[in-house]
Amino acid sequence: MTPAEIRSLIVEILANIVPDVDLSQLRDDVPFREQLPLDSMDFLDIVMELRKRFRIQIPEDDYGMLASMASAIEYLSPRLVREKA
Amino acid sequence: MYDTVIIGAGMSGLAAGIRLAQFDRRVCIVEQHSMVGGLNSYYRLNGRTFDTGLHAVTNFAARNEHTRPLVRLMRQLRLDWDWLRLRPQYQSAIVFPDAILRFSNDPELLLSQVADRFPGYQDRVRRLFQSLLDYAQWNSPDASVSTRRRLAELIGEPLLGQMLLCPVMWYGNARPHDMDWGAFCVLFRSIFLEGLARPADGILRILRLLVRRYRQLGGELRLRSPVKRIVIRSGKAEGVELASGEVLLARNVVSSAGWKETLRLCGLPDTCPESEPRLSFVETIYVLNQPTRRLGHGDTMLFYNRTDQFCWQAPDGEPCDLDTGVVCASDNFAYQEDDPGVEPVLRITVLARYDRWAALTDAEYRVQKELWRQRIADVLDKYVPGFRAHVEQTDMFTPRTIRHFTWHDQGAVYGAPHKCRDGRLPVDKLYLCGTDQGLVGIVGAMTSGVLIANQYCLRDGDRG
Ligand SMILES: Cc1cc2nc3c(=O)[nH]c(=O)nc-3n(C[C@H](O)[C@H](O)[C@H](O)COP(=O)(O)OP(=O)(O)OC[C@H]3O[C@@H](n4cnc5c(N)ncnc54)[C@H](O)[C@@H]3O)c2cc1C
Repeated sequence: MTPAEIRSLIVEILANIVPDVDLSQLRDDVPFREQLPLDSMDFLDIVMELRKRFRIQIPEDDYGMLASMASAIEYLSPRLVREKA
Repeated sequence: MYDTVIIGAGMSGLAAGIRLAQFDRRVCIVEQHSMVGGLNSYYRLNGRTFDTGLHAVTNFAARNEHTRPLVRLMRQLRLDWDWLRLRPQYQSAIVFPDAILRFSNDPELLLSQVADRFPGYQDRVRRLFQSLLDYAQWNSPDASVSTRRRLAELIGEPLLGQMLLCPVMWYGNARPHDMDWGAFCVLFRSIFLEGLARPADGILRILRLLVRRYRQLGGELRLRSPVKRIVIRSGKAEGVELASGEVLLARNVVSSAGWKETLRLCGLPDTCPESEPRLSFVETIYVLNQPTRRLGHGDTMLFYNRTDQFCWQAPDGEPCDLDTGVVCASDNFAYQEDDPGVEPVLRITVLARYDRWAALTDAEYRVQKELWRQRIADVLDKYVPGFRAHVEQTDMFTPRTIRHFTWHDQGAVYGAPHKCRDGRLPVDKLYLCGTDQGLVGIVGAMTSGVLIANQYCLRDGDRG
C-alpha cells in the first residue's frame, strides 16, 4: 500500500469509530486526540481494525505510533507493503 | 472451539458479545432463561408488555457530548446514538420529612434548590459538582473512603448530605449503610450531572436491537442453556459445561452471573463471607387509566425517605422496609410527537430482604404479597394522592421473583457488597463482568462488558 492508500484506510477506520465527525480537515501532523473526540480506548479499535483487515499484530508498546496520521503512516508503511488497498 | 464464551445475556454479556463479535471473535453467549435482558428484561401480562427493571437510563448525554460515558459506550459498540431514542426526564424530587429538593438534567436546578432550602451551602455543592467532573474514577487513591464521612466534610449539613446520598444509593449501591467514594462519584455524576432519560419504547426495543446487532456480527446466542459448571484444568478455564451435559470449549470465559455465583460454578470455596443480607427490592407496578400529571404528579422520579436518618440496609425483621423508596412515572419524560404512545405506569420500589420471602410456603407467600401490596399502596398514596381510583392493572415482584429469573444470590439487584474491580478471578482465563465488577445500571453494566472484553479478550495475543 502506498502512503496515500494507508491514509485513506485510516480515515475509513476513523469514520467507522466516529461517524458523526467531519474528517475532511484532518491534519496529519497533529495528534488525533487533539482533533477528534477519541480516548485511549478508541486506539485499541484502530489496532483491532487493522488486525481484522490485514492480520497484522501491533504490540501494545507500539500503540503510541498511531497517535497521529503522520506517525501512523510511517509506522504502517513497511508493515503493509505487500497489502493491496 | 470458541474464542470466548459469555455466561449471561444481560446488558453486560450482550455488550461484551457485540464488542468481541465486531472483531471477528468466535463468541457464544449462554443464557439460562428463555429471554435476554437479565435484571433488565420484560414480560407479557394480560396483553401488556412490562419492563422489569427500567425506571430510567442514567448518564444522559446529547449526541455530540463525545466525552460522556454514554456516547463513548455507543462509539465502542458502533451504535448510533439516535438509536436509543432517549427522552429526558422533566424533573425529579428528593423528599425528606423536612425538605424537598428537585433536580433535572440541568444541574443548575439542583443548585438553585439548594440555595433556597439550605442557604449558604450552594457553593459547597457546586464545588462537589466540579470535583466530580474531574474525578478519575476508580484508580483514585480515595476511591474506598466512606462516602458518608466525605460528604460530612465537603457539605457539612447532615440533612443536605443525606438528601444527595439517597438517589445515589437507590441507583446502584450494593453496600449496606455506606458506600465507597469512588462508586458514589461515578453514580452521582451519572444521575445529577449527566441525568436521567427513558428510551421511547422501553427496554424491549433496545434488547432486540442489541441481539440483532450481535447476531449480524456473527455472534451465537443460546437461550435456555444454563451453565452447570465452568471447566477448569490446571487452574485455567477451558470452557463451560451446560446443564444438558454439552461442553463448550473456549479460550476465555466471561461471566456475568455474579462473583460468588461464578466461584460456585468453578467449584471454588466462598472466600468472602458477607455479614449482612444483600439488598433486594419489592416493586409494585400500576398501569393508570390517565396520565400521571393529571393526578397532580409531575415528577419523573421521586426518591422519598420518611425518617430523620436515611438508612440503607436490608430490612431488619420484616420482609420489606417502607421508610425509603422510589416512585417512577414512566409517562413523565419528554416524549416526542412521533414516539409510540407511552402508557402511564407508576412504579414504586422499596427495600426488601430475600430470606424473609424465601422462607414462606406458596400460600403464605401469596398472603404476604397481598399484605405488602396494600401497605405499599398506602405509602404511594401519600405521594400521589388518590392514584388508586385510576388503576387499571397492577403487578408486583419480590426478591423471590428476581432470584427465580436471574439466578442472582438472594435476589440481589446490585450484587455483592464488595466488588471485583479488575474482573479477575482465581482461575486463569476466567473474567467477571457486569454488576459484580462494580458497574451497575444499564449503562454501567454495558460499559463493564466492553471494558472486560477490551482488557482481556481482545488484547490477548493468543489468536492467530
Ligand atoms: C427492579 C429493577 C429496577 C432497575 N432499574 C434500573 C433503572 O431504572 N436504570 C438502570 O440503569 N438500571 C436499573 N436496574 C439495574 C440494571 O437492570 C442492572 O444493573 C443491569 O441490568 C445488570 O446487568 P448485568 O449484565 O450485570 O446482570 P444481569 O442482567 O443479571 O445478567 C446476568 C445474566 O446471567 C444469566 N445467568 C446467571 N447464571 C447463569 C448460568 N449459570 N448459566 C447461564 N446464564 C446465567 C442470568 O439469567 C442473567 O440473564 C434495575 C434493576 C432491577 C432489578
